[in-house]
Amino acid sequence: MDQVLGYRRANGSFGVRNYIAVIPSVFCANHTAKMVASQVQGTIAFPHPDGCGQHGKDLQQTINTLAGIGRNPNFGAVLVVGLGCERIHADELASLIAETQKPVKYLNIQAQGGTLKAIEAGVRIVRDFAFQLSQQHREPFPVSKLILGLKCGGTDATSGIASNPALGLAVDQLIAQGGTAFLSELAELLGTEHIMERRSATPEVYQRIKEELTHCEDVLERMTKDYVRTSEQAALVTPGNFEGGVSSVSEKALGGIHKSGSSPFVGVLDYAEQPKNTGLFLMAAAGGDSDIATSLVAGGAQIIAFTTGRGTPTGFPGVPVLKITGNSKTYHNMEDDLDFNAGEIIDGTLTLEQAGKNLYQEILAIASGKPTKAEITGHDELFAIGRYECY
Amino acid sequence: MKVRYYHTMEEKRMLILASGDNVGVLLEDALAGNIAVCGDTRVSCLNDIKFCHKVALFDLPKHTYFVKYGEIIGYALRDIKKGEWVHTHNLDDVRGREGML
Repeated sequence: MDQVLGYRRANGSFGVRNYIAVIPSVFCANHTAKMVASQVQGTIAFPHPDGCGQHGKDLQQTINTLAGIGRNPNFGAVLVVGLGCERIHADELASLIAETQKPVKYLNIQAQGGTLKAIEAGVRIVRDFAFQLSQQHREPFPVSKLILGLKCGGTDATSGIASNPALGLAVDQLIAQGGTAFLSELAELLGTEHIMERRSATPEVYQRIKEELTHCEDVLERMTKDYVRTSEQAALVTPGNFEGGVSSVSEKALGGIHKSGSSPFVGVLDYAEQPKNTGLFLMAAAGGDSDIATSLVAGGAQIIAFTTGRGTPTGFPGVPVLKITGNSKTYHNMEDDLDFNAGEIIDGTLTLEQAGKNLYQEILAIASGKPTKAEITGHDELFAIGRYECY
Repeated sequence: MKVRYYHTMEEKRMLILASGDNVGVLLEDALAGNIAVCGDTRVSCLNDIKFCHKVALFDLPKHTYFVKYGEIIGYALRDIKKGEWVHTHNLDDVRGREGML
């Protein structure tokens, strides 16, 4: 079995990076969390606008997401910072993360006596974490412990021909080795139901996929019924998609689904839900690039493979986002942001099979520590918690 | 319309993704009069067609489904001529339409 090098966690998972996460349980703690993280190397704050004034399933989705980020094995230790009176209690969030047996602590700004005292207490906690993590070294682990999140953004018509099929071959190889991958982007699967049906491992899996897609389309209809800003165009397709030769949602979806390869879907996960077994999953997340990337990471993805035809520079804090384009012109235009050129398939200088193999090796290299272009440049804008039923 | 004779008959690479497709994908920018070529299939382009945009491989009557990847990607809003550029001006899709689902 193929192996890569990563950081062993107490619960048997492996991180491909070794950062400390400082997670505010509520937006009121954002500034304190950012100040704490800025004082200790290798520490990342996750400021967000949520955590209070939320209810029911929407509140639960935010809790699941914040807990999922903390549980992701790329983070070796976690500090949760709360205010003290918010809906999501810091101690509750910390105990959800502590189920992974990684070092987790929490503090509340009100209990500490205000911002400055909370920052000092937080810095001391995180500094101790940094000493602990510094003692860890990368060790070999099987790719069956890898979870790869699949994403596309800035799609053009090369995506469906080159980058997504190449990524699909790499995913097939990962799944054949016992690994795990998450396909997502519900709204961009409209028109692929018959393919999903063929590829569902059981009728129950397809039933759930069908329900998710129907629900997604119903919500879209409700939200856009009286809103005809772009009535000449289909929703869900951006001006850049159209300019790049994609003419409809179905065409975008049929090109997009290629990135999941040809393995069967073994299950469907909620937004930010972590799988209990391995294989290819559909994650029921939708929205923009950031909402979906955040769900993938909260679900446990240590790496995101991101295809783009038009070229996008974005990254996720603490998680490598590997950029793959099927458009050689875009690759050469934005080489500082893009990691892999599958456009050579279209140019005729690389076969699809070879591109798939090369891409798989690139994913393994990045898992073992090779930085992505987005990591080198410092891109971190993909963290954003998706709100319930926001497609 | 200005006719650009000097581009006539120049060949451009085209990809047909699945048998049964009725549109091809240009792998290079093509100008009206260029010939899109994929194996034995040769189509004379009636419009300028940009890299990775689609060209009709046959005359297709209004409401015919457009097929790419062997799958339906939309339908023809009007009669389509072989060699015509196929995009949002003459293709529509019933899925995910904003305000018109």
